[in-house]
Amino acid sequence: MTLAFVAVILLYLASSAGYLAFLFVQKKVLHRWSYAAMMAGFLFHTGLLGYQSISLGYFPIHNLHQTLLFSAWTLAGVYLFLKYKYHLKILGAYTAPLVTFIVIQAYFIPKVPVEQAAVFKSIWLIIHVVTIFIGEASLALACGTGILYLIQEHGIKSKTNRFFLKRLPSLQLLDSTGYAFIVIGFTMLTIGLISGFVYAQSVWGRFWSWNPKEIWSCITWLFYAALLHERLVAGWRGRRSAIMAIIGFAAILFTFLGVNLFLEGHHNAFTKW
Amino acid sequence: MPSQNGKGEQPMQPAAVSGMPDIVIIGANHRTAPVALRERLAFSDPEINTALEALKKTSAIHEAMIFSTCNRVEVLLATGNPSAAVEAVTSFICKEKSVSPSEIEGCTYTYSGEEAVRHVFRVAASLDSMMVGEPQILGQVKAAYKAAVMKKSTGVILNRLMHKAFSVAKLVRTETGIGGHAVSISYAAVELAKKIFDTLDDKTILLVGAGEMAELAVEHLMQNRCCGEIYVANRTLSAGMKLAGRFKGKAIRLEEIDEKLETADIIISSTGAPGFVITYDQVKPVMRKRKQRPLFFIDIAVPRDIDPAINKIPNIYVYDIDDLQGVINENIETRRQESIRAERIIDEAVLNFKNWLENLDVVPTIVALREKLQKIARSELSKTLASLKHLNDQDHLALERMLEAFINKILHDPTVYLKNPGVHRNRSAALHLARLLFKLDE
Repeated sequence: MTLAFVAVILLYLASSAGYLAFLFVQKKVLHRWSYAAMMAGFLFHTGLLGYQSISLGYFPIHNLHQTLLFSAWTLAGVYLFLKYKYHLKILGAYTAPLVTFIVIQAYFIPKVPVEQAAVFKSIWLIIHVVTIFIGEASLALACGTGILYLIQEHGIKSKTNRFFLKRLPSLQLLDSTGYAFIVIGFTMLTIGLISGFVYAQSVWGRFWSWNPKEIWSCITWLFYAALLHERLVAGWRGRRSAIMAIIGFAAILFTFLGVNLFLEGHHNAFTKW
Repeated sequence: MPSQNGKGEQPMQPAAVSGMPDIVIIGANHRTAPVALRERLAFSDPEINTALEALKKTSAIHEAMIFSTCNRVEVLLATGNPSAAVEAVTSFICKEKSVSPSEIEGCTYTYSGEEAVRHVFRVAASLDSMMVGEPQILGQVKAAYKAAVMKKSTGVILNRLMHKAFSVAKLVRTETGIGGHAVSISYAAVELAKKIFDTLDDKTILLVGAGEMAELAVEHLMQNRCCGEIYVANRTLSAGMKLAGRFKGKAIRLEEIDEKLETADIIISSTGAPGFVITYDQVKPVMRKRKQRPLFFIDIAVPRDIDPAINKIPNIYVYDIDDLQGVINENIETRRQESIRAERIIDEAVLNFKNWLENLDVVPTIVALREKLQKIARSELSKTLASLKHLNDQDHLALERMLEAFINKILHDPTVYLKNPGVHRNRSAALHLARLLFKLDE
């Protein structure tokens, strides 16, 4: 187990190093190897999660260690999948270190024993968790694309530092890819929230209970809804859209971790450590 | 960087005692000869063929190749007698091109040996070009080599030299960024446009002013598959129409610019107007109507046409001629640094080639052959002796002497042949084959 965990970390580390080298040297072969390392890390990671699920007898997302491990897995998976569609190679220089960081965090966080409650055995819960995590991974990528956009835009506007100018793709590509990530992320988030409400109804008998987690999830969702609306209606794109993607992801991080750690609510058990 | 010597200033190295062939290059390029002279010296393709025929007949010349472009004329030779070969080529060129030796005196260079090898590598890798890093040269060198191969005027040495030159050029191109950066205004503008817009193929271009520079930039954009609409706004409509006609665009009046700001993506301005032609207040309200689609202004006019304050508006990028020049200067600097790395790659390749060439001589080949046989004999002898314990030292000595004699007998005929392979022109080929057969180049 620990060995597989270390293998996952080492492969992600190799991928991160490769992607950062790719950022500087811009050799395609570096990207190929980094992508392969990440893919290998992802497969080990999948095996690890599968093994945990079987040996524990439940889907391992019940303490902070498990949720972090799962969120890193979805992030890597979503990146590996979306990279095929959007060809934004350089985004790996953001994703790989982020995934590595989360996995290393998970490694050092103690594995709090989990009480297996009957309320956790529901298909709605699985749908809720998986879609929310995929949505959040996609929005994390949107945030990364936004950062790249701001760097590239600054390079073009200021006309001084051309280090990134040669290395990053065009503004338009960054903008449209970021938009696509937000659309995917928002869709998944919506499905996740709906399934969450359905699940709440099935266990607690009510859709909505004014819990901080629920309130913050709603705020985040409304934020992205506003972003998409403004883009379609008023043509919010480019710089503003990039900044919004970054702020939106900060809101997600707060909803995911901040609410659980600082506020009281019914999700707190999942981030116990 | 090899020093350039005028022809005859440097005494040619005498041919090696063993008749080891030398590589010599005689040429004139954009640095040594004015264009007027280069024009007269240039060889057309059919001329190259007849010239190669003629050079092949010269006894001093073993192998020959002619490389002629608008920036250089070079004759590459493998010869057993460099001074005679250079003499022959010079007089041949003077006769063919009807120039007097005094005219080309001082305008040509002659390199031999290592210097010649380095020169060939540098030319192929585009380090000796007028525009360092320009990509066409390798194709031209390949074509020239192919012509020489068709005429069967190249042999072992030039074949190997040229193949090495091609691989070195490829290595330089892939390992260094020597050809990677724009070094002209219009190219730099296109490069920037590609960093703003993902694809240029559906972008609308608005030309303000019908200057020559603007025309060049549009040409570059079109080469990069930019095939959206083109509008030309000019003070005199007729001049605008003339330019628009060339690019299948439409001519508009200067007053119509406001309206076109809503649809255009790239605006290239090059008017001779004394003030700003497009102002901040004019552009600011347009972005809302454009739904914030990016807008790229290229201002190549002096004094400037586009208010630089426009650059402050989100999603609008304004580059004037100085900004573009800044991009170019940086790229030139990058190329210069990259060319240092390229020279290092070439130094290494020259050294490798030199080793090969030096070994392609009778004495080193025979020595290497003898060493190989001795090594085999010694190892087999020690294996045999290990199982023949009853033999004494004298017996050992006798066996060793026997093997030595055996090796001498084996080597006798090859040595005689390699020293004088009859038709002595084939010696390089014979040596090359011998080294291949016995795997001496390891």
